Amino acid sequence: MAAKLERSEQALYTFATRGHRWRFVRKYWPLYVLSIPGILYFLIFRYIPLFGSAIAFQDYNVFKGIKGSEWVGLDNFKRMFQYAEFLPILRNTILIGLYDLVFAFPVPILLALLLNEVRAMLYKRIVQTVVYMPHFLSWVIVGGIVVGVLSPSTGIVNHLLSLFGIEPIYFLGENGFIRTILVGSGIWKDSGWGTIIYLAAIASIHPDLYEAAQMDGASRWRQIRSITIPCIMPTIVILFLLQIGNFLDFGFERVFVFLNPLNSDNGEIIDTYVYRAGLVDRQYSYTTAIGLFKSVVGLLLIVIGNKLSRRVSGEGLY
Amino acid sequence: MIMTKGQKWFNVFNMLLLGAIGLSMVLPFVHIIAQSLSDAVAINAGQVTFWPIGFTLGSYKLILQDPSIWIGFRNSVTVTVFGTLLNLLLTAMLAYPLSRPEYLFRRAVLLMVLFTLVFSAPLIPNYLLIKELHLLNTLWALMIPMAISAFNLFVMRSFFMNLPNELLDSAKIDGCGEFRIFWKIVLPLSKPAMATMGIIYAVAHWNRYAEAVFYVSDRRWIPLQVRLREIVFTDQYGQSDVTSELLVHLSPEGIKMAVIVVATLPIMLVYPFLQKHFIQGMLVGSIKS
Repeated sequence: MAAKLERSEQALYTFATRGHRWRFVRKYWPLYVLSIPGILYFLIFRYIPLFGSAIAFQDYNVFKGIKGSEWVGLDNFKRMFQYAEFLPILRNTILIGLYDLVFAFPVPILLALLLNEVRAMLYKRIVQTVVYMPHFLSWVIVGGIVVGVLSPSTGIVNHLLSLFGIEPIYFLGENGFIRTILVGSGIWKDSGWGTIIYLAAIASIHPDLYEAAQMDGASRWRQIRSITIPCIMPTIVILFLLQIGNFLDFGFERVFVFLNPLNSDNGEIIDTYVYRAGLVDRQYSYTTAIGLFKSVVGLLLIVIGNKLSRRVSGEGLY
Repeated sequence: MIMTKGQKWFNVFNMLLLGAIGLSMVLPFVHIIAQSLSDAVAINAGQVTFWPIGFTLGSYKLILQDPSIWIGFRNSVTVTVFGTLLNLLLTAMLAYPLSRPEYLFRRAVLLMVLFTLVFSAPLIPNYLLIKELHLLNTLWALMIPMAISAFNLFVMRSFFMNLPNELLDSAKIDGCGEFRIFWKIVLPLSKPAMATMGIIYAVAHWNRYAEAVFYVSDRRWIPLQVRLREIVFTDQYGQSDVTSELLVHLSPEGIKMAVIVVATLPIMLVYPFLQKHFIQGMLVGSIKS
């Protein structure tokens, strides 16, 4: 993105010699001084950990440090795929990511299309205000609300189920429900918020298109299908690509708050496992290998997704 | 516009559907507030739906007597206020040079920042760094490591790039130094952008949970969200010095729900401002990319 922008700006200044260039930097030195803290921040807090990831190839020992620890090559990565423990977690991460893509991704698009059809402006605004709200709550609070609503003894859902003669269900205590709860709570929290970007895309469609369509006698449904959806397609593609790139990044908080021994078989994902096995059980090198694996896959997904999208639709992230 | 019968039905159906979706966002709250205000008998019998039964403020009294709630509250407020100030200062200081053509390292720095968006380091090396810097179990661990968000940096840079050049030029002609231009002209002109970004950063600080779990285990420094999770999910509420007479009439569920209400309240109070500013900020960001 930025790279694209930069190319056009480049070569605003050309310098005959190094001396000229240096004198120019000296002239505008305050700009360079201002940027130092920010650059240091990125170097220290983003790049040092990146180099620190070298411990994935070591048998890291806290007392020996990175310099003194023994190098073991790809052993930690081999262990990942040999140990029976990791594979179910990889499976959970992929399945939850997939469910999120299939079920959560389309919801804001549908919601935006429905909102766009509302002609009563006040009603539209009230609905918007209400559906944006959950986005601002923390995952802990969303988790708390889910606990309250799904509680087997006191929650409203089981209350309703009992009206149909169904025995109370402890939803959070069963492996069968956890993935639904994880994806569903995300839909509840963020799909209203997700409509903003689509509504903005819809608002930028030229009204002439709709007028011409109406002249030709196109129904509202036909207008949605032939004008609105094609016009917001680029936005959909770009957000889809971003989502693909974050496929394994479902998020630590939103899973961790719901996780308990009764549902962790289906609920534990890479992020929560890295915390438990890494920080709590102190298997530093092994879990760094897992984290690195995740980051590399994420990068590959972005690159592949971008290539595919360029081939299919001509749209890409960069 | 003339509507056919089918379109009229669609309109009615659409409004009802959206109304139902809206209700699904509101009703859980009503349910929770109702429970937090009900007594144990009604809650345990599963009678409470959307209206309190056996009205009592006991759950709230109990929570507000719990000192750990107040400690969490204090820590969260501290991190939110100072963390946000740090965010704004550092983000603006880096975004401004990046918006100026006279800054020759622009491309290199932008690429460096962009790379962190697509490839991030795993948890453990981050943890070891925080530990090495002696930031573990301090509130600094919840402020410094997240001092600049790459995404917000790009948004602020594009805002600075859109400032009218004539203003900067005339200031230079008047003999203003670069620092003065930044401090006296650029920042005051950017108040709306800074407000938007400040709110984005502040909500993130208030809601932050993961980093607190990773980096802070000392009970004196845990933020509200961590305490909240303990109470709601592991039933560790109240302290030994709480009068047991209060507990008799209260249900654990009611107490949990009261904690949720208390923690949600600050966000609800600022929500009207949030909504307005957030949407502006989000749109600026999307136009940019």
